[in-house]
Amino acid sequence: MKKIWITVGVACALTLAGCGGGEKPAAKSDAGTAPAANAGAATPDLDNGATITGKVTFDGTPPAMKTLDMSAVPACTAAHKTPAKSEELIVGADKGVKNAFVWIKSGLPADKTWAVPTTAVTITQEGCMYSPHVIGIMAGQNLDVKNGDPTNHNIHPMPKINSDFNQSQPPGAPDFEHVFPREEVLMTVKCNIHPWMRAYIGVVSHPFYAVTGDDGTYTIKGLPPGTYTIEVVHEHWLDAPQDQQITVGAKDSKTQDFTLKG
Amino acid sequence: MTAGGLVTSNDAALAAPDWPLNWGRLVPPLEGSIRFEFAHRVLALLVALLTTALALSMQAREPRRWMRQLAWWAVAAVLAQALLGGAMVKLIDPKSLAIAHASLAEICFALTVAIVAGCYGVTEPRPRGSGAFAAVTLFAQAVLGAAVRHGAIGIVPHICGAVIATGAAMWASLAILVRHLDDGKMPRPALTLLGFTALQIFSGIAAYSVRAAAVHDPQPMPLTVWTTVAHVVIGALTLGAAIWLAMTEEG
Repeated sequence: MKKIWITVGVACALTLAGCGGGEKPAAKSDAGTAPAANAGAATPDLDNGATITGKVTFDGTPPAMKTLDMSAVPACTAAHKTPAKSEELIVGADKGVKNAFVWIKSGLPADKTWAVPTTAVTITQEGCMYSPHVIGIMAGQNLDVKNGDPTNHNIHPMPKINSDFNQSQPPGAPDFEHVFPREEVLMTVKCNIHPWMRAYIGVVSHPFYAVTGDDGTYTIKGLPPGTYTIEVVHEHWLDAPQDQQITVGAKDSKTQDFTLKG
Repeated sequence: MTAGGLVTSNDAALAAPDWPLNWGRLVPPLEGSIRFEFAHRVLALLVALLTTALALSMQAREPRRWMRQLAWWAVAAVLAQALLGGAMVKLIDPKSLAIAHASLAEICFALTVAIVAGCYGVTEPRPRGSGAFAAVTLFAQAVLGAAVRHGAIGIVPHICGAVIATGAAMWASLAILVRHLDDGKMPRPALTLLGFTALQIFSGIAAYSVRAAAVHDPQPMPLTVWTTVAHVVIGALTLGAAIWLAMTEEG
């Protein structure tokens, strides 16, 4: 019996020690490292570098876009004139797949560092959806998270390599900034208050990446001559990214298309 | 356990990013999935208070030492469960803690069932026989289920575990029914275990089928939530029935 009392006592003490420790939602946080110093770092050579363009195409009959059920939060429903649709798979009229993340996976010189943009990449919570739905960002670059809604949100990325965080952001709160220090493609971002909210972030250690537009096309510019592995990752096929080999010379313009099977 | 299942199924475990407060206050803004997490915390507090009251009451009135000990173990388990829940929030829901939290919930429930069994006819604390084996396999299966639910493992180990746990539960209950059909107290837990085992098989198939069919639908879909929560809750009830049977079973 004495052991039980000791166990209960320790548990109570630990519980009380936790009281009052509730975190106030922070306006700003930076769990990563500061943006990398750009001294000596390279930038894409837009005049002499190669350009890769391409299109990500859906093979099959595109599924209908699913309607999101936002009825649990009237402020979210009110933000949309017509019911909002899931952005998991958006296929254009010509079967172009929107929001695919295309990046140079390997082939760049290992000893070369690339200048990190000093401007932040912005992601906004608007109409209880993340906008843009998919973003690319360089490791060390600032991510700026805005809440444009009259409702509470929490930003919860689920990285496997970088550190995770779970940050609340009430309406009108200042922007929240974060830096992902390590390369990671493609991490899911959730909002645990509105479970339909999803965004995807590709963190890359160089500037050679793109997100496909409405028509499924992408462009990567300023690539040094070389042979590369170029990869496409899309949330609908998150566990099945596609790789291709491509060789480019100076000032080359090459096309690399991808087909994603439905 | 239902509230906990709803939190997981609605992906609401981190809807309140702080603990023990909620958004820095006692009562958070009750919107979206915050409601599931807050309801879970309130019910957890209620369970902790009721379990403590039960232990204090047994300390005062219960003559059997093992029953008093069981009640205090239940208090310790519930408090540990609360701390584990808090740690999950603080450490941003690591899978290992989420699985431990789900597994400890089963232990809390099993201890409560054992106390209730002790209050209604069980005279000795020692679980035995095929019922005890069934309880162990059902608990292991619950741990595997939690691991699947939190994305730590695939579905295959849980399906293999289901075959073993179902076999153990059916063997335990049918053996008792054959041997003690005329014994007033034995058939009831055996029939209860048999019934819950059958229900659990169907709820498992339903939960898996619904989830597989809706894999690309925007989650959480109500049908996915409720079939999964039902599977979790019936699983706990099946474990409870096995504990009851094990404690009732005669050597």
